Amino acid sequence: MAMIDEPLYPIAVLIDELKNEDIQLRLNSIRKLSTIARALGEERTRKELIPFLSENNDDDDEVLLAMAEELGVFIPYVGGVEHANVLLPPLETLCIVEETCVRDKAVESLCRIGAQMREQDLVEFFIPLLKRLAAGEWFTARVSSCGLFHIAYPSAPEALKTELRTLYGQLCQDDMPMVRRSAATNLGKFAATVEAPHLKVDIMSMFDDLTQDDQDSVRLLAVEGCAALGKLLEPQDCVAHILPVIVNFSQDKSWRVRYMVANQLYELCEAVGPEPTRSDLVPAYVRLLRDNEAEVRIAAAGKVTKFCRILNSELAIQNILPCVKELSTDSSQHVRSALASVIMGMAPILGKDATIEQLLPIFLSLLKDEFPDVRLNIISKLDQVNQVIGIDLLSQSLLPAIVELAEDRHWRVRLAIIEYIPLLASQLGVGFFDDKLGALCMQWLKDKVYSIRDAAANNVKRLTEEFGPDWAMQHIVPQVLDMINNPHYLYRMTILHAVSLLAPVMGKDITCSKLLPVVINASKDSVPNIKFNVAKVLQSLIPIVDQSVVEKTIRPCLVELSEDPDVDVRYFATQALQSSDQQMMMSS
Amino acid sequence: MNGGDEVVTAPAGPPQPLDWKFSQVFGERTAGEEVQEVDIISAIEFDKTGDHLATGDRGGRVVLFERTDTKDHDALRRDLERMDHPINRHPEFRYKTEFQSHEPEFDYLKSLEIEEKINKIRWCQTANGALFLLSTNDKTIKFWKVQEKKVKKISEMNLDPPKAVGNGCVASSSNSNSPTPGLANGGSPDNDFSFPPGGLPSLRLPVVTSQETNLVARCRRVYAHAHDYHINSISNNSDGETFISADDLRINLWNLEISNQSFNIVDVKPANMEDLTEVITSAEFHPTHCNMLAYSSSKGSIRLIDLRQSALCDSHAKLFEEPEAPGSRSFFTEIIASISDIKFAKDGRYMLSRDYMTLKLWDINMDSGPVSTFQVHEYLRPKLCDLYENDSIFDKFECCLSGDGLRVATGSYSNLFRVFGCAPGSTEATTLEASKNPVRRQVQMPSRPSRSLSSITRVVRRGAETSGVDANGNSFDFTTKLLHLAWHPTENSIACAAANSLYMYYA
Repeated sequence: MAMIDEPLYPIAVLIDELKNEDIQLRLNSIRKLSTIARALGEERTRKELIPFLSENNDDDDEVLLAMAEELGVFIPYVGGVEHANVLLPPLETLCIVEETCVRDKAVESLCRIGAQMREQDLVEFFIPLLKRLAAGEWFTARVSSCGLFHIAYPSAPEALKTELRTLYGQLCQDDMPMVRRSAATNLGKFAATVEAPHLKVDIMSMFDDLTQDDQDSVRLLAVEGCAALGKLLEPQDCVAHILPVIVNFSQDKSWRVRYMVANQLYELCEAVGPEPTRSDLVPAYVRLLRDNEAEVRIAAAGKVTKFCRILNSELAIQNILPCVKELSTDSSQHVRSALASVIMGMAPILGKDATIEQLLPIFLSLLKDEFPDVRLNIISKLDQVNQVIGIDLLSQSLLPAIVELAEDRHWRVRLAIIEYIPLLASQLGVGFFDDKLGALCMQWLKDKVYSIRDAAANNVKRLTEEFGPDWAMQHIVPQVLDMINNPHYLYRMTILHAVSLLAPVMGKDITCSKLLPVVINASKDSVPNIKFNVAKVLQSLIPIVDQSVVEKTIRPCLVELSEDPDVDVRYFATQALQSSDQQMMMSS
Repeated sequence: MNGGDEVVTAPAGPPQPLDWKFSQVFGERTAGEEVQEVDIISAIEFDKTGDHLATGDRGGRVVLFERTDTKDHDALRRDLERMDHPINRHPEFRYKTEFQSHEPEFDYLKSLEIEEKINKIRWCQTANGALFLLSTNDKTIKFWKVQEKKVKKISEMNLDPPKAVGNGCVASSSNSNSPTPGLANGGSPDNDFSFPPGGLPSLRLPVVTSQETNLVARCRRVYAHAHDYHINSISNNSDGETFISADDLRINLWNLEISNQSFNIVDVKPANMEDLTEVITSAEFHPTHCNMLAYSSSKGSIRLIDLRQSALCDSHAKLFEEPEAPGSRSFFTEIIASISDIKFAKDGRYMLSRDYMTLKLWDINMDSGPVSTFQVHEYLRPKLCDLYENDSIFDKFECCLSGDGLRVATGSYSNLFRVFGCAPGSTEATTLEASKNPVRRQVQMPSRPSRSLSSITRVVRRGAETSGVDANGNSFDFTTKLLHLAWHPTENSIACAAANSLYMYYA
C-alpha cells in the first residue's frame, strides 16, 4: 500500500484526507476534488470517486456544502456531458439533507448540470430523480424538488409534462408549509417554461391556491411571484388574473403581506399597462402609503420614486404627492427616514417647476427633522436636486442642518455627515465651502472620538483631491499643521495621520517644504507614541520624496529614533530604515 | 377569530375515569440517597409524534428518550402504525442519548451569573431522520441536531497502512497537527501536476468498512443576547420556520435559520420601571394559526395577540380574565393569581392555564371567564402565609392537556399530580403520586368531588369541597414538588419529574 512514488505524495495525502478525522483537512480535500478526479482519470472518477462521494452523505454540513458546490462544475472530470448523469445520485442525496444551505446548493448544482445535459438523458435520469424527490418521505426532499422543475420541464415529452404540472400542483398543496413556501418561491421560474395555454389554466390555479394559503409565510412568497407571473402573461390576462389578486393582497389582514405588496407593486405597473395602473394600482399604492402599520408605510415610502418614475408626472403630482406630504410629517421617524432616502429622486421626474413649488417645502421640512437619519438621507442625495433646481434654493436651510449634524452628540451621526462633506463640497462649490464648512473640518480633527478624527483626516485628503493642492495650501494645510502643537498627544497623532494622507496628494515639493519639517520636528516629542508614529509616517514619505531628501533629512532622523530608549520607537524606526534600504536597492 | 370551529365530538356520556398504572421510572432514587442539585429535572417535552421525549435538568443537560414499543425498526414504522396494536400496549421508552446543552456563564458587563439550568425544551420538525430541538436557559436559546453518524473505520489508505484501524488514520495524523493542510509541504497539486489521461492507477480511495452508527448531538445555532430578563418560554410556530422566546417583559420572534437577529413583538416594559405592575410569565403559539399567540401575566390574565395586525403587538386582540370575586381580596390575591403556565389544546380552540390554586380551561371564543376551573390547591388557602414565608407560593407549576383534549393534568406538592376530566359532564379528578405505586395516596385525597349545581355560571368547580382531608397539612411536603409534567400527544400517558427521577404512567 505504501508504494507511492514521491511526486504523487501530495495527491495521495489529499485522497486519504477525504476521510480524515479533522474537518479542516476533509474540507480541503473536497475543495480540491477536481484535482483528485484528474489524478484518478475520468473512468475511475465515474466508477469509484462518485459512488464514494454518494456514500459520504453523513459528513458535517460544511463538508457537504463544499461537496454540493464542487459537483456542480464536475462534468468535465467525469468525461463530458454524455456522462453527466453519474453526478446526479450524490446530489440527490444532498437534496434531502437537513441543512437548508446544503440543499439549496445541491439544487443549484443540479440545475447547472441539468442545463447542460442532453435531452434524452434528462428524460432518462433527471426527471425520474425529480419525481423521486417530489414524492420523498421527508419534506426536505420535496422542498428541493420544487427548484428543479424549470430545468426538467422543457425537455419532457407531452405526457410527462402533464404529469410534472400535476406534481407541482400537489406540492403547492403539501401538508408542510416549508414545501408550499418552496413551491411559491419557484413558481415564477417554473411558469416561465410552461406553454401559454397551460400557464393560464394550471399555473394560475396553483397561484390561486398559494394566494389563499392559511400561512402568512406562504402568501408572502406568492406576492413575490405576482410580478414574475404578470410579466409572463398577456396584458389582458394579467389584468384579469393578477390584478385582482394584488389589489386583494394590498388589503390583506396581515401587515407582512401588505409590506411585500408595497415593495413589489411598482414592478407590476409595467405588466398591466397604463390604464389599469391608473385605475387600480395607484389607488392601491395610495392606500399602502397611508397604511396603519408603520412597517408598511416604510416599505411604500421607500418605493415612492420608483413608482412615480413609471407614472406620468401629472398622475404623480395629483395622487402621490399629497401622500408624500403627509409622510414627511409621519409619526414614525423610520417612515420619514425612508422617504428622505428616496424623495430627492423625484425632482427629475416632476421637473423644475413642480419641484420648486411642491417638493422644496418637503425637502426643507425634512432638513429640519428632529431625527438625524432623516436629515442625513436628504443631504446624501443632494446631487439629484442640484441637477434640477440648483443648490441655491436649498443652501439657506442646508447650512444650519449641516452644522447641527456636525455637532450632534452621537458620534455615528457626526461620522455620517463627514462622509458626505466631499459630496457637499463638490455640489456647493469652493466659495460656499470656504465660508461655512472649512472651520467644521478642522474642528472634527479635534473630536473626542477616534473614529471621527480618523474620518476627519481622511476628509481633509478627499477635499484636497476635490479642490486641488493650491487650494489646500491656502485653506487646509496651514490650519492642519498649526494643530501639531496641541498639548494633547492624541490630537498631535491625528495631525501626523493627516500628514501621511495628504502627502501623496500634495506632491513632493509641498511635502518637502511644508509637511516634512513638521514631522521631523515631531520626532523630538516627549511622548513615545508620537515618536513611533513619526517613524511610520517617515516610512510612508520615503517613496514620495527625492532620494537626496531621504539621505539628508529622513534617514538621520530615523537613525536617531532607532536609538531611542523606548522599545516600540526603536522597533518602528528600524522597520522604516529597513524599508528605505530596500527602496534604495530597488532604485539603484 | 375562529380558533378551531370543529367542536370536540363528545361521546354519549362523559368518558370513564382513567385507571392509571405505573409504566417506567428513570433515575429512581434509592432510599436515603441525596439528590444532587444539578440532577433535578427542570423541563420535560414530548415531540409531536410522541416517539421521543426530552428532559432538561439544572445541570444544563438534555436527555433524550425514544419509544421502544412501536418503533422497533425505522423501516417498519409505517407498517406497524397501520397494524392494530394489542390493547395492552402502552408507550415504553428507553434512554437514547444525552448532551450538555448549556454551561454556567458569567456576564461580565452586568456582573451576573447565568445558570446552566434548562428552562424549556421544544421539539422542532424532524428532517431526514435527524432530530431537532430548541433548549433554553435564562438567556440563551440553542438549536440542536441529534443524528446517527456512521463510525468511520477506514482502510485502504494510499500511505502507511493504518496500524490500528478505527482510531483515525495514522497516515495523515502527522499532517493534521499543522493548521495548514498536509499539502503545504508538497505544494499545490493544481499547478505542479499534469496527470496522464487515464489517471494514475496506483492511487486508491479510502474504504470505509464499518457500518456501525452512534448518535451525535451538534449545536447548530445559538440565539443569544436578545433578552435582558430571564427567558420563561420558547414556542415554535406552525409555519415551521419561526419561534418566539419570552422573558419577563418582552417577547421576541426568531427565524430558526437566523441567529443574529430577532424581532421584538411584545414589549410591556414601562418607561419608568417603578410603574411596573405586571410581567409576562408564559407564552405559546397557537398550534395551527401561525399568526396567533397567547401570553399569560402575573396578574392572572391571558392575552391573545394577532401578529397580522401590527409589527409590534403591544395591543392585544383578546384579553382573557376572570372577574375578581367581590370582597375576597387579600394580600395574597395577586400573588396566587399569577399564571405559571399556559398551553393550547391540540385543536387550538381551548387554552389551559395554571395559577397557584387552580387549573383553568378557556375557550378562545369566550373571553368573559374560564369554561371550567379545577381546584388544585384549595386546601392550602389557610396556609398561604406560611407558603409566602418559605417562598413556596412562588413555585411555578406546569400544566398539560391530553392529546384528545378530554383531560388536563398538573403537579402539586409531596410529588403528587392531579388529572381532571374536562369533557362536559365529567367528574373525573384523580390524584396520583410520582412513585411506583401512583394510587397509594389516593385514599387520602378527594376522588369523587361533588359537582356544583349552579346553572347560572358555566364554571364547574370540582375537587374543592373536601379540603379537610389533609387538615393538619403535615403530610404535605413543600420541598418535594412536582413542577414539570407532559402528556403524550396521542395516548394516555404522562411523564412527570420528581426531583431527579422521571416517572411515566399510562392508562
